Amino acid sequence: MTVTAELKDVTKAYGTRIVLDAINLQINEGEILALLGPNGSGKTTILKILAFIENPTGGEVKFQGKAVNFKNSEKERLRSTLVFQKTTLFGTSVYNNIAYGLKIRKVPKETRDREVKKALEQVKLEGFEKRPARKLSGGEQQRVAIARALVLKTKLLLLDEPTANMDPKNAGILEEVIDTVNRENKTTIVIATHNMFQARKLPHRIALMDEGKITEVGTPAEVFGKLSKNLARFAAVDNTFTGTAKSTAAGTSKVDVGNGVQIEVTAQRQGATAVFINPQDIILSKTAVESSARNVFKGKITQITDLDSLVKLKVDVGKPFTVQITKRSFSEMGLCLNAEVFIAFKASSVQVL
Amino acid sequence: MADILGGVAEAFRLIVTGDPDLYGIVLRSLFFSGTAVILAILWGTPIALLIALRDFRGKTIIKTFINALIGLPTVVLGLVLFLVFSRGGPLGFLGLLYTPGAIIIGQAILVSPILVSIGVSSIESVDPEIMSLAKTLGASESQAQIAVLKEAFNGIVLSDIASFNRAIGELGVVLMVGGNIAGGGLRTDVLTTAISRDTQINEIGLAVALGILLMGIVFTVNIIVVALGKANYIVELVKVPYSRLKRYRENKR
Repeated sequence: MTVTAELKDVTKAYGTRIVLDAINLQINEGEILALLGPNGSGKTTILKILAFIENPTGGEVKFQGKAVNFKNSEKERLRSTLVFQKTTLFGTSVYNNIAYGLKIRKVPKETRDREVKKALEQVKLEGFEKRPARKLSGGEQQRVAIARALVLKTKLLLLDEPTANMDPKNAGILEEVIDTVNRENKTTIVIATHNMFQARKLPHRIALMDEGKITEVGTPAEVFGKLSKNLARFAAVDNTFTGTAKSTAAGTSKVDVGNGVQIEVTAQRQGATAVFINPQDIILSKTAVESSARNVFKGKITQITDLDSLVKLKVDVGKPFTVQITKRSFSEMGLCLNAEVFIAFKASSVQVL
Repeated sequence: MADILGGVAEAFRLIVTGDPDLYGIVLRSLFFSGTAVILAILWGTPIALLIALRDFRGKTIIKTFINALIGLPTVVLGLVLFLVFSRGGPLGFLGLLYTPGAIIIGQAILVSPILVSIGVSSIESVDPEIMSLAKTLGASESQAQIAVLKEAFNGIVLSDIASFNRAIGELGVVLMVGGNIAGGGLRTDVLTTAISRDTQINEIGLAVALGILLMGIVFTVNIIVVALGKANYIVELVKVPYSRLKRYRENKR
């Protein structure tokens, strides 16, 4: 197996604050590796080091077998590119944004035009060349940012929380693109994510991160199978809860995740369990609705985030749940901060990790 | 009152008939101030980039100092430059005093604080991620800095316009190091100095005409920028013929 990049005892400190603590990680050619960890665990810093735009404080980084000199990494930078979590676009047209890296690489105009067109097709933004990039919607902007990276066909593609602020439609398009690029171009991809769901689906391997350290590396099945204490820390992650499971007479189990919240799941489990509920699988109502959903909780809206066609809500029912609803439902229901709501989801839509 | 009316009438006659003396002064002013601003851009832009993008000790002090220099009285700068350029001064050997060179250098120094100050704040207002973005897309350090400058373009143009306005409208420096020489080989009289001289020698018509044209230049420059709304239009306007030229050249090859 060829190794694309390797971190050996890499540390990074800002003053006295240690962000990365002796990181050892191999990135194999052609794989999708997910860095999974809560915010502030050092994922972005690893990506920036792998993009050669941030210098490690200590340790060694090898890229395609050669140790990288960070004082002179312009050549390596041409072969690795990072898509930031916060979408950053140049204040010019979509075309100029995507063509930027090609211009730097002195690609002739005809090839540039063709490649830009192809990249836009990949992210399903055909014909967007002349649009001012910053006037697009959030999801479209992020897709332009992805296209801008794809067009470079770098050895290594680094994605920092690529779908964090996207509605499911945009996120779906993106996941498809990531998968295609990996299969067809054999591009090695590293994704930083705190989305459990994505981490299970997309990558070949997962590196679990916590407080600047890598605590576990393995295939998704291995990492999720172990349910180590690190995974428990992911309670900070959207709709992921840990607790103790008890089987019920009905053949299901109830997971007590604390603060009086008991989540019913279809799987038979005993003891320590982590569960995840997809935000799209949760139904929000203003009154308690009689339905087949086994899990119904009353709570308050504590946070409202605007995604393109959707609204992401945080509902505190003793434990914070993330719920996604359409903008239309949001305005029709007349929801606002601190509004009392009910959330409901079926026992079968709870994923036991 | 008759004097004033006569002066204004004479002024319009001079403007309309395209009086060579009048337009000679205008062109000289445009040339001196234009060159001075270009010179200031050449050294002011790297300084602005350096201050805005680097972190170093005393950054705030330097920024405050440069801001304070914007208000520098032009006569004081004129006096300093006079002493420096005069025969006994440290740069006296260059023989620049009372030459166009002295005016251009003097005005360039005068407008530098405006250029740098507005430049720094517009560069600082650019998203700091732009630099990293350019780099991860393959840009070298200097290419990344150019990307940042492009994002700060509107502010940079504003600083250039403000500098030009200050240069073309100032009197102290041109008077003291230029000497307001109206004859001979290298004339150094410009709009402002000529207005003051012509007023004193009762050439009201010429003075008023020069005043009108000076105001006209300042207004025109500003109106162009404001009317175009976004200064980026200027780039787009230049870009079309430029890209045509480039394509033509590429085809030729």
